[in-house]
This record gives sequence, C-alpha cells and structure tokens, in this order.
Amino acid sequence: MSSNAITIPGAQIEARPCVDELHLWLTTVDHKRLGILYILSALLFLVIGGVEALVIRIQLMHSHNNFVSPEVFNRMFTMHGTTMIFFVAMPVLFGFANYLVPLMIGARDMAFPRLNAFSFWLSFLGGLLLYFSFLGGSGLYGAGSAPDVGWWSYAPLGARAFSPGHSSDYWTLALLVSGFGSIGTAINIIATILCLRCPGMKINRMPLLVWMNLVMAGMVLLAITPLSAAQIMLLIDRYLGGHFFDTQAGGSAVLWMHFFWIFGHPEVYVLIIPCFAFMSEIIPVFSRKPIFGYPVMVAATVCIGFVSMSVWAHHMFTIGMNSYANSFFTLTTMAVGVPTGIKIFNWIGTMWGGRIQFKTPMLFSIGFLFQFLIAGLTGIMMAASPFDWQLSLSYFVVAHFHYVIVGGILFALFAAFYYWYPKMTGRMLSELLGKWHFWLFLIGFHLTFDVMHIPGVLGMPRRIYTYEPGRGWDTLNFIITIGAFIQALAILVFVANLVISYLKGAQAGNDPWDAWTLEWSIGSPPPVYNFVTVPTVASRRPLWDLKHPEDPDSRYE
Amino acid sequence: MKSSLCCSWRIALLIFWSARLLWAVEPGGSTAQNTSIFSPASTPAKSIADLSVFVLVVTGIIFLAVFALLLYSVVRFRGRAMDSGREPAQVYGSMQIELAWTIIPTLIVVVLFLATARVIHAIQDAPKPAGALDVIAIGHQYWWEFRYPKLGIVTANELHIPVSDPGHPRPTFLQLLSVDTDHSFWVPQLAGKTDLIPNHPNRMWMDPQRTGVFLGQCAQYCGTQHAKMLLRVSVDGPEDFASWVHAQQKLAVEDAAAIAGRRVFERNACMNCHVVAGTPTDGRFGPDLTHLMSRATIAAGAAENTHKNLRLWIQDPSVIKPGSLMPAMKLSDADLDAVVSYMETLR
Amino acid sequence: MSAATTSFPNTSPAWDLPSRGKVAMAGLIMAESAIFTIFVVAYLFYLGKSLTGPTPREVLETPIFYTICLLSSSLTIHFAAKSLERDYTRLFLGLWLLTIALGGAFLYGTAQEWHRLIFEHGLTISTNLFGTTYYSLVGLHAFHVTAGLIMLLVVARFGFTGRMGVSQSGRVAVLSMYWHFVDAVWVVVFTVVYVLGR
Repeated sequence: MSSNAITIPGAQIEARPCVDELHLWLTTVDHKRLGILYILSALLFLVIGGVEALVIRIQLMHSHNNFVSPEVFNRMFTMHGTTMIFFVAMPVLFGFANYLVPLMIGARDMAFPRLNAFSFWLSFLGGLLLYFSFLGGSGLYGAGSAPDVGWWSYAPLGARAFSPGHSSDYWTLALLVSGFGSIGTAINIIATILCLRCPGMKINRMPLLVWMNLVMAGMVLLAITPLSAAQIMLLIDRYLGGHFFDTQAGGSAVLWMHFFWIFGHPEVYVLIIPCFAFMSEIIPVFSRKPIFGYPVMVAATVCIGFVSMSVWAHHMFTIGMNSYANSFFTLTTMAVGVPTGIKIFNWIGTMWGGRIQFKTPMLFSIGFLFQFLIAGLTGIMMAASPFDWQLSLSYFVVAHFHYVIVGGILFALFAAFYYWYPKMTGRMLSELLGKWHFWLFLIGFHLTFDVMHIPGVLGMPRRIYTYEPGRGWDTLNFIITIGAFIQALAILVFVANLVISYLKGAQAGNDPWDAWTLEWSIGSPPPVYNFVTVPTVASRRPLWDLKHPEDPDSRYE
Repeated sequence: MKSSLCCSWRIALLIFWSARLLWAVEPGGSTAQNTSIFSPASTPAKSIADLSVFVLVVTGIIFLAVFALLLYSVVRFRGRAMDSGREPAQVYGSMQIELAWTIIPTLIVVVLFLATARVIHAIQDAPKPAGALDVIAIGHQYWWEFRYPKLGIVTANELHIPVSDPGHPRPTFLQLLSVDTDHSFWVPQLAGKTDLIPNHPNRMWMDPQRTGVFLGQCAQYCGTQHAKMLLRVSVDGPEDFASWVHAQQKLAVEDAAAIAGRRVFERNACMNCHVVAGTPTDGRFGPDLTHLMSRATIAAGAAENTHKNLRLWIQDPSVIKPGSLMPAMKLSDADLDAVVSYMETLR
Repeated sequence: MSAATTSFPNTSPAWDLPSRGKVAMAGLIMAESAIFTIFVVAYLFYLGKSLTGPTPREVLETPIFYTICLLSSSLTIHFAAKSLERDYTRLFLGLWLLTIALGGAFLYGTAQEWHRLIFEHGLTISTNLFGTTYYSLVGLHAFHVTAGLIMLLVVARFGFTGRMGVSQSGRVAVLSMYWHFVDAVWVVVFTVVYVLGR
C-alpha cells in the first residue's frame, strides 16, 4: 500500500506567526481554503440574519406590539430575506462545492484558482456593502437606513419616487456585485467538472454530488443573470432617469415581476439541488448501500433544471394574468413535482434493505426527507392557482418556503457539516452535542413552521409589522416565536460543537465513515496538493472497489 | 433524561416571562372576527375552498403513503450491533420501480391539473350578468378609494355591497387600479386576492350570499403602513343597501353649528388633500370625507371612528399610523376641537 | 496522523477532456446571452408603448456600413486565429489590427449615431420608453464591444513585442469566441431595433 503523502524526514513544522497565517488566508487561491472562507462567511451572516428573524418574531409575538417601529420592522424582513438567500445559502453551498468537487473528481484544484478567489471576495464584498447601508443609506426620513422594500423590491416601490435616499441602491449594488461573483464560481465549477476529471472518471461515473453541482452551476448562469439585468435596469431608472419600471411613463410593474421571478424561481432550485447532492452522498453511506437508481437521479436532476425555468409565474398568480397563463403555470409547477418526487423515492429506496446507522448526519438526512416531502406537498397546494389566490402573500407561503429552506436546505447542510467536518479539520464533531443540536432544532423548527401554516389559512398576510387582535392569530404567533428561540438555542449548540470539536474532537483519520468517494482516500485535512498521484477510477465508487476487490462496482456498471 | 426535561421546562418559563416583559400593548381591540379561507360566503371563495379540500385530500394521501414508507424503512432496516462488518446486498436500482413511481405521480398531476383548470376558468372567465354592481377600487398608500361610477358615489376604506341571492344573482364586479405602488385586495371569505398594480387594471368579482361584515386587508407589501391598510366589506340586504346608496349620493350635511370647524378645514391645507362634496374643497390625494361618520373606522381600519381617535388622528396621524402620508397639521387646540366637531357632522 | 492512503490501478486509455478556456468562455457566453435576452425582451415589450416623444421610425437610420464593419471583423479575427495556429505571426498581427480597426469603426458609428439622436432629435435615455430601452440595449452591446476591444489591444501589444506565437493560439481562440459572440449579439440587436422595431 503506497503512501499518498510525502513526508520529509527530520523536518520541523512550526506554527506560523498570526500575521502570516492571516495573510495566507487572505491571499489563498486553494479551493479548500476558499471553500472554508465561503462557509465561515456564511455562518457569520447566518447569525446576523437569525437575529433579524428574532426581532421580527418578537414584534409579532402579540397583536399591536410595539417592540420596533414599522420602519425598523420593514428593514428587518428585507434584510433577513436578502441576507439568508444571497449571503448565507448561496455562499455556503458554493463553499461546499468548492471544497468537495475537485476532491471528488481527483483533481488538484478548481480550473481557475484565481477566479475562484476573486469570486469569493466579490461575494463577501456584496455582503459588506449590503450591511453598510445601515450607516450610509440615509434617506429623506431619517439618518442611515437599510433597504426596506422587501427582498424582491417590487416595482414601483423600488423606484426613486417611493424609495428616496440610497437604501435601495445598497440592495441593488450588493446583489449585482455578489451576482458577478456567483457567475464566476459557476463558470469555474463547470470548467472544473468538464475539464479536470481524473482518468477513468467518465461523465456517468461522477459522484452524484458532482453531477448536481454541474446542473446547479448551469442554472446559475441562466438564472442569476436575469436578476443582474433587472438590477441594471433599476439603476438606470434610479440614476439616469430611465423608465423601465416607471408606471407613470407607461412602464410596467409586471415586467419587473417577470424578470425577478425568472431569476427567483430557478434560484431556489439552485439552492436545493446541492442539498440533493449532499443527501445523495450521505444517505447511501449511512445505509451501507449504493444510491438507488443513479441514472434516474441524474436524469431527474437535469429534468428539474430545465422544467424549473418554466414555472416562474406561479409567484404571480394574483397579479391578474389571464386564465390560460394561470393554467400553464399551474401545469408546469405541478409537473416539476414529478422528478422531485422521484428523487425522494430513490432516497427511500436507498435506505430500503440497508443497515441504517443513526449517526448525526443521518438524523439530519431523515429530517430532510420528512420535511422536504411536506414542503413539496404544500408547494403542490399552491400550484393549484385558485388555492394560491387565497394562500399567496400570506403566512402559508412563508411557512412553505421556510419549510424548504430551513427544513430542507438547512437540515441537509447540517448533515453535510457533520459528515465533512472531519475531512476538513481532521476532527470528529461531538455526537452528543450533535444529537442535542438535532433534537432541539427539530422541536423548534416544527413548533414554528408547522404552526405557521395556520395564520395564513386564517387570513394573515405577510410583511405586516403588526396585526389586529380578534382574528385568532395571537396565540399562534406566540407559539411560533417560542419555536424561533428554541431554534436559536440549537444553533448556539451547533456553533459550540464546531468550536469545541475543533479544539478537542477525536482524531478523524482518512475515512471515519467507511465511505466510497475519492475525498476519503486522502488525509484529513487533505494536503494542499490533494493527491500525490492523480488517481484512475473504474467505477462510481472507487473506494468500494478497493475495499471489496471480490465484488467491485466496476463489474456491474 | 429527567434532568433534561426539567431543564427544558425552566427554559420554557424563562422564555415566557421574557416575552411578558417585551409585551407592549396599544389600546384598541376588536371583537372576534373570522377571516378564514375555509369560511366562504361567496361563490369564488367557495369554489376555491372546495378545490382546496380536494387538493388537501390528494396531497394528504400522498403524504401518508410516503411517510409510511419512510417510517417503515427507518425502523425495519436500522443497523444492529450484530451486523457490524457485513454490508447488505448492494442493489443499484430497478427500472420497473422507477417507471411505477414516475407514471403514478404523472397521473396524479394530470388529475389535479384538470380539476384546477376548471376552477380557474369558472372564476376568471365568469361572464358579467346584467344586474351586476360595478365598483372601482383604487389603491393608495395606505387607504382604499371606492367609486361606484353608475351611482355617483365616492367613498373610502369601507365597501358596501348588496347581498346576492343565488336565484337572482347580483354580484359585485370590482375594477382594481392603483395610483402609486402595488397593493392587493384580500377579503378571504369573499374571494381570492387580486393585486392592484399601477398601469395594469385588474378585475375581480364576488357574490356574497349572506349579509354581514367581512374583514380583510392589503396583502401586497406597499410601504411603511402596509400592515394597517385594512378592509371592511359590509354586505347589506337590498333595503339597507338602497338606503346606504341614497345617503352616500347626497352632498355633505350643512350644519350651521359647525361653521367654525368648516372654516378651519377650508383655510388650512386640509382641502388640498380631501374633498367634502358640496363645498369648494377638491383634494383627491386623501380619502373623501363627505360621509366620514357613516364609517365604523378611520385611517383604513387602524382605529375606531370615535371622538377621541378622530381628534388624535387629526392632531398627529403618526401616533396611530406612523409613516402615514397625512402630515400632522399642528392646529391649535381650539382649531382642532372645531374641525373635529365639523367632521362629526359629516354623516 | 498516518497519511497512508490507497493506491489505484493504473489503467490509462486516452483521456481527452475539453480545454478549460473554451468551456469557461462558453459558460460566460451563456450567461451574457441571458442578460442580453432580458434587455431584448424589454425592448420588444415596450415597442409602441411610449407615451410621448420620438418614435423609432422617426429617428432611426439603419447603420448598414458599421454593421458590415463589425461582422467583417468576425471574419478577420477568424483568419487571424487560423494564421497564429500555423505560426504566421506577421499575418496574424496584420489581421488582428484590422479586426481592431473594424471594431473601432463600429464604435465610432455608434457614437456618431448617438450624437445625432441626442442633439438633433432630443432623444435621451430619459425621454421616453423607446429612449430608455434603445440606449440600454445598444449601450450594453457597445460596452461589450469596448471590453472586447481592450482585450484585443492587449493582445496586439503582445504581438508587437514578439510574444505571440503558436503556443498562444489556444488563448486567442478563446478570445475570438468572445468576439464572435459580440457579433452574434449585434445581429440580434440589429434585427430587433432596426428591422422589427420600425
């Protein structure tokens, strides 16, 4: 068995001085370090966005509450949404993609390491720019303010006339800048996957995580750019006197909606598909079986990628489109549920007949399956456009998309953290703290988001800083707020786990989970060059073949 | 286990008492009112509720089936200590199973779509009968303007419409416009919501089949006071509706006792934004005040129409509705009392 | 910790993957196409919807000559790239400079047209919907031509200092993909603005 690392006899490796270490991190082009930078910056913004959520929940705890003014509340929900989508979810998923894709395809780095670094720093700059608005966004009505137009900034609310001052400009520019970073990363991912795979790794032998990041990157190129275009148009309106969305000059507010949602809907698939990727790697390992139906999983993902570009106007069912348009988008939205459902069945099929190990990554994965199922079904409910005429713009929608984003995406991310943290740091996360994290978060999540569907059905619209007593919404909102605090507590447990385990966790070794993809064949953390010699593979699970030479996958593919 | 339960009770109590501390309640409650989408009082809302039940049943069955599979697999195939070291059979997939769970969901989608398409057309493409009432609803930042073009009525925030007997339907058809940002008209018991978008007229209809007051509010974020752009729809029997129309068509009551207040109104900037029909005032930026006292609430439902609230509102709107576009008029106490008395004559 | 890991059987059939420069440029072109599509959709949507001011028919003159310049530059850059592959560096430089000149002529034509529109017809980006969509779409394209020209000038500088040879032909091929894209976009913009829009 040859070693895959080079040891230099007699070498003393001293810890670098702090300044040097910092410089290394700031100037790195190594995909693993950039991946970690993406993840850390996402965690920072997660905490900030979480505090904004708690402010919202405290204000809504009781009717006619006075915890914050309406102006502050409106900034809170705008910043919460914008932060979580653009500066938490996208960066953390890009971070994992950056870290894992080269390792899984047997490459030494991404195709364009400097573009990689540039994209990260653009993304981070966008986040800083957004938050600078608290200081620099002064408008006519007061000193320094963040944007308060909602994370969609519907026209004409985002126009100069209704959004004086610069708060909306910070929103626009921050997203434009980080959007360019996202496009850079997407190009990098595609070039890496298509051009740097190790010998033998044909396209149909790539791990599903790699496949799904390829589809995600392709979608980023086609989905983020409409938003960039719309932002440029908005800037032309606000600064050059343009009339793209100026209804007084004959412009169309509905056009902004179309452009925004042509971005907005594929965007949520951009967020969920990497989470499907995590599930497709983690569930097989903890069921001790290969993924059920690899080719169908690939086909379903590609199918979702295409169909999801045709459903956007289901966010616009109430704007007065004619019955044929409404019917069309009802059909496509329901149709996209078919390939999505197929994936859920395939994951269950993977568990079926297996020997399931309930380590923390698997607990979060099972949570994902349960919650994503429910989220998909509430999505089908809203796909029925007349039902949506009642549910749209209410707390039912808020409950639905948080079910996907928190119950789906965040749970999958937690699974990914527990699964790959040992690879990234060389230490295992504590199983005890992991289980506390899981159960607390599960309870808090369901307390908040199961209950949240009900006020929607009872007529409570979204984006309101207060509501009338006597509508039956008070007690429900109070319970929702309690759940939010329980989730916050669980996040604290998680952060504690990350820190404590880094200092004191058990040594992980190369392959703590007895897994099958290439990243588990090298050290934890991997050496900077990843592989001493670029591997050659003959099947989808190269390490399974090595561990089970009597029954390799290559015999069956 | 016991200590962790004890711990979680303490946490719950801590949260409860912190919540009490953060509690700050404003005056003004209201009686319990149902705004559930499952208490329809009008045909569009009822069609939606019926479709919704069908969709809920289908998705409920799907949920139970898949959840059962998930639960079974988690329980039946959990790894046991004695297994360690042996891997289970490595199954790669099955084309038949894949086909089955592709075809069945596709069929479900077809059924759901067809059921939905029927309701879409029934509601959106419903023809307008001859006896229908026409109302134009115009959205403003933070209040509703209602015009009845064939009856010559202009009012604000509180909509009166006739009850519709299924035998002789008299639905109300609303044309939805906006002067500024996007709004959305949502009274759950009467219909699904439809947006009011500038430069994009929309249309909706409702035919409430019982009398009563139905509440709702703006559902599309329109700015600072989106939350207090409330809706109050009063569905009246035929005689009540006729007498309401008759009263609204009259010009403003001229009460000699309120002449001082009327002078205050006309000499300050009030008349730039408000109109009282029959006087020289002509402002269209704010609500029509001709029959202000026929309304149960002021400030688009933000406060009850009482002497105290009216005085407070005129003195400083930002106390009741901070961010409202009506400025504080900075009237002296005498002027303020006079103008409030004048307002109270506008029945 | 032990860094001992597994080794892999060395089977090596010919393993030929696409060039990363070309794949990346294809990705960039996909993304840029989406941006242009949105601006084209806005242009088409707003045709005939201006409430005031000059209409396309009244003020637009079809820029046939400058269009020919730009489209010819696609031919010259194609042949320049081919010459470089065969290491004809002088021919390459000549064709490359011709490409730059043709591109520059196109930009000059755009500037001239805008000058006429602004000062003779009073059409600016804030005049009406036509003004907004026209200047945005044509301007976005001109911006991309300018960015391309800057890259071409950089390469020209390398050409003059003798650094361009057959080893650079891969990079030149990637850059010429971008240039072809800019020309293809002009075909679409030209059709939408000067043919359909009038």
